[in-house]
Amino acid sequence: MWEQLFEMIFKPDFLFSVIRITSPILFAALAAVVAEKAGVTNIGLEGIMSITALFGTLISYWTQSWAVGVLGALIVGIALALLLGFFALKLKTDIILGGIALNMIGGGGTIFLLYLFTGLRGNTGELTTPEMLIPQVNIPLLKDIPVVGEILSGHSLLTYIAFFMVFLTWLMLYKTSLGLNIRAVGENQNAADSVGVSVVRIKYIALGISGALAGLGGAYMSMYYSRSWNSGMIAGRGFIALAAQAMGQGEPTGSMWSSLLFGLANALKNKMEGMQGMSSYLVASIPYVVTVLGLVIYAVATIRRVKKTRRAQNAMTAPAGEEK
Amino acid sequence: MPQSEYVVQMKGITKVYPNGIAANQGVDFNVRRGEIHALMGENGAGKSTLMKMLFGLEQPTEGEIIVNGETVNLSSPTVAIAKGIGMVHQHFMLVPSLTVAENMVLGMAPKKKGLFIDMDKAIAITEEYAKKYNLHVDPKAKVVDIPVGMKQKVEILKALVRGAKILILDEPTAVLTTQETAELFRELVQLKEQGFTIIFISHKLNEIKQITDRLTIMRGGKSMGVYNTAEISMEEISRLMVGRDVILTVEKDKAAPTDEVLRVENLEYTNDWNKKMLDRVSFSVRKGEILGVAGVEGNGQRELVDMLFNLNVPDSGTVTVNGKSIVGLPQRKIRDAGVSLIPEDRMLYGIADRGTIEDNLISNRIYQKEYNKGLLFDMKAIHEMSDRLIEDYRVLCKSRNQQVKMLSGGNIQKVVVAREFSSGPVLIIADQPTRGIDVGATEFIRKKLVELSRAGAAVLLVSADLNEVMELSDSLIVMNGGHIAAYFEDTSALTDEEMGEYMLGLKRQSDEEIGKVLYAK
Repeated sequence: MWEQLFEMIFKPDFLFSVIRITSPILFAALAAVVAEKAGVTNIGLEGIMSITALFGTLISYWTQSWAVGVLGALIVGIALALLLGFFALKLKTDIILGGIALNMIGGGGTIFLLYLFTGLRGNTGELTTPEMLIPQVNIPLLKDIPVVGEILSGHSLLTYIAFFMVFLTWLMLYKTSLGLNIRAVGENQNAADSVGVSVVRIKYIALGISGALAGLGGAYMSMYYSRSWNSGMIAGRGFIALAAQAMGQGEPTGSMWSSLLFGLANALKNKMEGMQGMSSYLVASIPYVVTVLGLVIYAVATIRRVKKTRRAQNAMTAPAGEEK
Repeated sequence: MPQSEYVVQMKGITKVYPNGIAANQGVDFNVRRGEIHALMGENGAGKSTLMKMLFGLEQPTEGEIIVNGETVNLSSPTVAIAKGIGMVHQHFMLVPSLTVAENMVLGMAPKKKGLFIDMDKAIAITEEYAKKYNLHVDPKAKVVDIPVGMKQKVEILKALVRGAKILILDEPTAVLTTQETAELFRELVQLKEQGFTIIFISHKLNEIKQITDRLTIMRGGKSMGVYNTAEISMEEISRLMVGRDVILTVEKDKAAPTDEVLRVENLEYTNDWNKKMLDRVSFSVRKGEILGVAGVEGNGQRELVDMLFNLNVPDSGTVTVNGKSIVGLPQRKIRDAGVSLIPEDRMLYGIADRGTIEDNLISNRIYQKEYNKGLLFDMKAIHEMSDRLIEDYRVLCKSRNQQVKMLSGGNIQKVVVAREFSSGPVLIIADQPTRGIDVGATEFIRKKLVELSRAGAAVLLVSADLNEVMELSDSLIVMNGGHIAAYFEDTSALTDEEMGEYMLGLKRQSDEEIGKVLYAK
């Protein structure tokens, strides 16, 4: 049995599948990174991905163009994240509750919308045409290199964009004034406010970016990964992304590595399911076990961060007891 | 329009908050161009409210604000900044993980290629201003790593780089050492000579005397008048501020310490940034004495208090109360051992600000039999207890059902003190017990501390207020860089200068001398 497993893992197609599975998680993890840097927890990623996945498919079906579909998913993602922002920042709802609401719409509302628009129940399989699918890219030269080419070439266009986004997100956060403002708002919004940086505006922008990234993740799921939309297809990737963000210490690169870890766990599950002498139920639990472990690390990291910022703030502010 | 003598005129300012509290009533406040003007008053007198309106954080209910001869509507800090007003807040408005230069240019970052921050330019701007105004800072250092004095300079520079000509400083010396204060004063005088106008909020009389030209005193939301600093005595200022003569010293009998209560041995702690915050800290406190812990803030005092109340866990070392270890015990067990704490951060650890006075008073005794009848509370006993403590501790309030956050700073602290002192403690840890509160409450709390120690409690008094720690303590330890730098068995002959040298690490006693504070068993 172990021999069989090793044989499977040490094949290029296994690593290829790791990258393939990681891509949507990576989009969502980067979405979590940007939101969290601005001090907003976008717990609605799961819902945003589910809804954008649906709209990506529908729009590409209506236009018979995958590119318009991806763009549509991106715009719907931004709109949903801004809606969450509107609830949390303008109407002062608890952002966690707002996020949960989005997730519930992502679960039930999408089935309703699909039926409304197409009369289909829970699955768009029969709509799919080749024009609706995000193309695969074979990279010249690279594809001809043995092993490496097999692993790195031939992925969806969005996969390459996802990994490029790690760099872009880092660049945005650390090298632009928008990034400086986002980090300042997330860490000490009074400081940002006192020098005329609009805290609310920055939070909206960060949420918008977060929504756009999650939208790309959603599009990837329905327009490439599963080749159609079906209910429940996001299957916790939005939450796994939150864990990936935390495990990655909230940094783009760190979150990429933890996304890859989750991708690996999932790929392993997929491979082992078909193996003999292995309980398929046990195997199916691998990604979730990894998620639970990730979330435990998330919790510990959060507690430490809270303590740390509290101490940092204590060090910043001396006197207690403000005047009335 | 001809330039008026005044750079800022606030006329007939009234501010009524939505909750009906009138923080300012018909206040007139005028500042001359190029002067250092003190705004004085007790906590709750309305100084901060007035300044918040001048900086655009709040808007007046009634009244007019004139800046440079022009009536202005200061709807936000951005507008105030555009009018040349800058404010250095008491709580620094800095982002810890960003560098000094990044904090400097936040919201106005220089750009290159249209998109990216020009960091070199940000550093150059910081250096240019630092040099021009003789305020030395390290542009590349992260704010979290720099000392408080430098943080304050960054704040002043931040205002200057945004074109401020009028600087409001809200209790700027509250966090500074004597030496840093002297440095700040030199810098402020230089700024004044360069034509800046400075508004200085403080309630420290000697500082006001030292550097201000004129002063406005506020009491109960009203202005008590404007005076030339040179022409008014400290006693007069004090009388105008509190409406009576305040005795600034505490009378106390000589201590007669008996048994050891608190014993701390070899406490070590290294924080998350790998900085050693406690280094072989050993001392003990006996029944009937007040042991003061002096030191510049950030030298391990906070960590020490955290360890004593299990708010943090030491790397090694022991803490015993009456011979029993309390390390790692839950707070309730520590309280059961007779330990009381007046925490430094009263809003976070001292009270639940949305609870009523009664809720807060009952919180450390809620489980006691006295206040319970079977499964339910004995409300009658609880009400009686609350009313008694409110009266005994002179908490100024409408009733025991008033929300604590509606009280003034001094009265909030009285609620904390009432709860902590009335539980029959054998050891009282008082961490900055009178910080930021008015003179009346300060005096009351100090008297109570002395009273309790003379009645047999052991008191550990941690305070950054040199006056307080020297006045109240029977004996004293000085902390510097996480270790005890000095121990003075008798504080009465101690001078400020001598203390300063130990606090700043210029001098350190031998281990043998320091060791005396650990009384032999």
